[in-house]
Amino acid sequence: MKKLATKLLMAVVAVSLFAVPAMAETIKIGAILAATGPASFLGGPEARTLEMLVEEVNAKGGINGNKIELIIKDSAASPEKAISFAKQLIEEEKVLAIIGPSTSGETMKIKNICEQAKTPLLSCGAAEVIVNPVASYVFKTPQKDSYAVKKIYMEMNKLGISKIAVLAGNTGFGKAGKGQLLKIAPEFGIEIVEVEVYDKKSNDLSAVVAKIKANKDVQAVINWSIVPAQAIVPKNMRQAGWDVPLFQSHGFGNIKYVEAAGAAAEGIIFPAGRLLIADTLSVNNPQKALLLAYSRSYEAKFKEPASTFGGHAYDAFTILMAAIEVAGNDRDKVRSAIENMKNFPGTGGVFTFSKEDHNGLDMDAFQMMIVKDGKFVAYEK
Amino acid sequence: MTSELFIQYLLAGITYGSIYAIVAIGFNIIYNTTGIINFAQGEFVMFGGMIAITLLQFMPLPLAIGLAVILTMIIGALIEICFIRWLKSPSVLRMIIITIGISILSREVAVHIWGESIRSLPYFVGNEITSISILGARISPQVLWVVAVSGLMFICLGIFFKTTSVGREMRACASNRKAATLCGINTKNMVTLSFILSAGMGALAGCVMSPITYSQYDMGTGLAIKGFTVAILGGLGSSGGAVAAGLLLGVIEAFSVSVVPLAFQDAIAIAILLIILFIRPQGLFGSKEASALKEF
Repeated sequence: MKKLATKLLMAVVAVSLFAVPAMAETIKIGAILAATGPASFLGGPEARTLEMLVEEVNAKGGINGNKIELIIKDSAASPEKAISFAKQLIEEEKVLAIIGPSTSGETMKIKNICEQAKTPLLSCGAAEVIVNPVASYVFKTPQKDSYAVKKIYMEMNKLGISKIAVLAGNTGFGKAGKGQLLKIAPEFGIEIVEVEVYDKKSNDLSAVVAKIKANKDVQAVINWSIVPAQAIVPKNMRQAGWDVPLFQSHGFGNIKYVEAAGAAAEGIIFPAGRLLIADTLSVNNPQKALLLAYSRSYEAKFKEPASTFGGHAYDAFTILMAAIEVAGNDRDKVRSAIENMKNFPGTGGVFTFSKEDHNGLDMDAFQMMIVKDGKFVAYEK
Repeated sequence: MTSELFIQYLLAGITYGSIYAIVAIGFNIIYNTTGIINFAQGEFVMFGGMIAITLLQFMPLPLAIGLAVILTMIIGALIEICFIRWLKSPSVLRMIIITIGISILSREVAVHIWGESIRSLPYFVGNEITSISILGARISPQVLWVVAVSGLMFICLGIFFKTTSVGREMRACASNRKAATLCGINTKNMVTLSFILSAGMGALAGCVMSPITYSQYDMGTGLAIKGFTVAILGGLGSSGGAVAAGLLLGVIEAFSVSVVPLAFQDAIAIAILLIILFIRPQGLFGSKEASALKEF
C-alpha cells in the first residue's frame, strides 16, 4: 500500500514537472527610473512609456503566451536608492532583467551589482562609460555622446567655425559631454577658448553669457546639458544681442525646451535621434513606421509630445522583449540574445550589438536638426 | 573690464538680488510674527507661478496673475490654520519641522497636479529675444519688471506696517507677543495674516520671475536656500536689510563669474555668508540687542 502511494506521488510529481513548461508563466521585469526628482524630465516619459508598452504587450497575449509583469521603482535620481532598488529587484523580486536607470551616474553605481548577479541591465543613461569598458550583462540604448560631439564638429568644419565656447550643465551628462568635447576638438582643428559649467538649478545665466561674449574670438557656442536650465542659455544670449550660432547636445531633444526658450530657440542646431522628425522621414527609412507608431500612441495616451528620452526606454523594452521571444525566461540566454541582435530598428537608431559593442548604434543614429518656427526640422546645409 | 561689461554684470546681479530679496522678505514677515523660519516660503513662489500659468489658458495675463496671488494667499492661510494655529505654545524646532514637512508636501502636490516639466509665463513685454539697451549693456525688459515689482512690494509693505492699524498690530505682535495680547490684539489672527501676506508676496514674485527663471514643481528649495541666506545676512526680521543683502549677494555672484569659473558662484556666496556671520553674528543690519533676545 505504501509503495503504491509513493509511486502515485512520483507520478504526480513527474506529470507536474513536465506540465510546467507548457503552462503560461509571468515574466518579471524590473525598472529603476527617476520618475520624480531632478531628473524627472527623463524618468517621467520613460516610466510612462514602459507602462504603455507593458499594457500593449499583455493585451496582445504577452510574449510566447507569457504575461509580462513590470515593477517600476522610482529612484528620484538618487544613486543610493538605485543601489538598494537594484539589490531588491535582483534578490527579492528575482527579475529577469532591469531597465534603467535614467541617469548615467546611477547606472555606474549599479553596473557591477548587475554584472555580479548576472542580471541583464538595459540602461537609459547616455554616458559612454556605461558600455566602455564592456560589462557582459550591461547594455545601453541612448546614442554615444562622442558621436554627437563628432557630428557637431563636422558641421562646424563645414561652416568654417574654429574657435568656440563650451557651456555645460553640472550633471553626469554635462560633465561627460564636456570631457568628450575637449578631447575630440583637436581632431577637427577646433579650439575651445572658453569653458564654463553651470548649475542645474540656475535661474539666470546672463552674467556668464556676458563674460563669454566679451571674448571676441568666440565664433560659436556649444551648450551641452540635459537639464531644463539649458533653455536659459539661448534666451540670455539673444537678449544680450549676441547672434553667433548656438549648438546644443542631444539632451535638447524635448520640444518642451524649445517652448521654454520660445523665440530664442530659433536656429539652434543639435544632433538627435530621428524620433523628433518622424513624419518628415522617407518611407524607406527602417525607423519611420515604429517612430510614428510610438509617438502617436504616446501622445494620444498621455497628451504630451513624445521625447527622445521616452524613446530610450522604448528601445530598452522592445530589445528585451525581442530577446525574451527567442531566449525565454533565462537571464543568460536573454543576455546572449541581446548581444547577437542585428539590424534591430528602434527609436534611437538601428541597433547591431556585438561582444565589443553593447550600445549597438553608429554615428548614423544621429541626425543634425535645427529649430525652425518652434519645431524641430532636419538640418541640411 | 569695459564699462559695458561692468554694467552687464551689475544688472545681472540686480536681477538675482531682487529675486533673493523678495523671498527673504517673505521669510522675515513670518519670522517677525511667529519667531519661526517658514521653509515652505519657496513653495509659495512656485505655487504663484504655476497657478498663473494654468489660469492663463482661461483669462488674460494680469487677471491670471491677480487670481494666482489670491489663490496662493488662500493656500497660505489654509496652511497656517491647518498646521500651525491649533498648536499650543509649540517649540520653535517643532514649528520649523512642520514647515519643512509642508514644503515637501507642497512639492508632492505640485508634481501630481502639474507634472515634472518646466513651464513659464510669457514675457510681459516683447518675447524671449527682446532686449533693451541701458548704458551699452543689454537686458530683457522682464528684468525691469522684476526689479520694479520687488521695489514696489518693498515700499507698499513699509507703508502697510507703518501707517495702517493692522500693520501696527502686526508689528506689536512681532516685538512682544504677550504684551500685544494684553492690549487686545488677536495674535493668532496676526499670525494667519503674516502667512497670507508672505504667500501673496511669494506668489507675485513667482509670477514676475517665471519668464526669466521658468517655473517647476521643485524650484522652491533652491530659492528658499538663497532667500534664507539673504535673510540671515541682512539680519533676521529686517526687510531693509533683506533688500540690501539680497542685492549685495546678487551682485557678488554676478561679478564672481568674471574672476572664477561659474561653478564656484554658490561657493562664493556661502563663503561670504560664513565670513559675515563670524564677524557679525546678528547679520549685516540686525541689531545686537535684538538678536540676543531671539530664540535662535
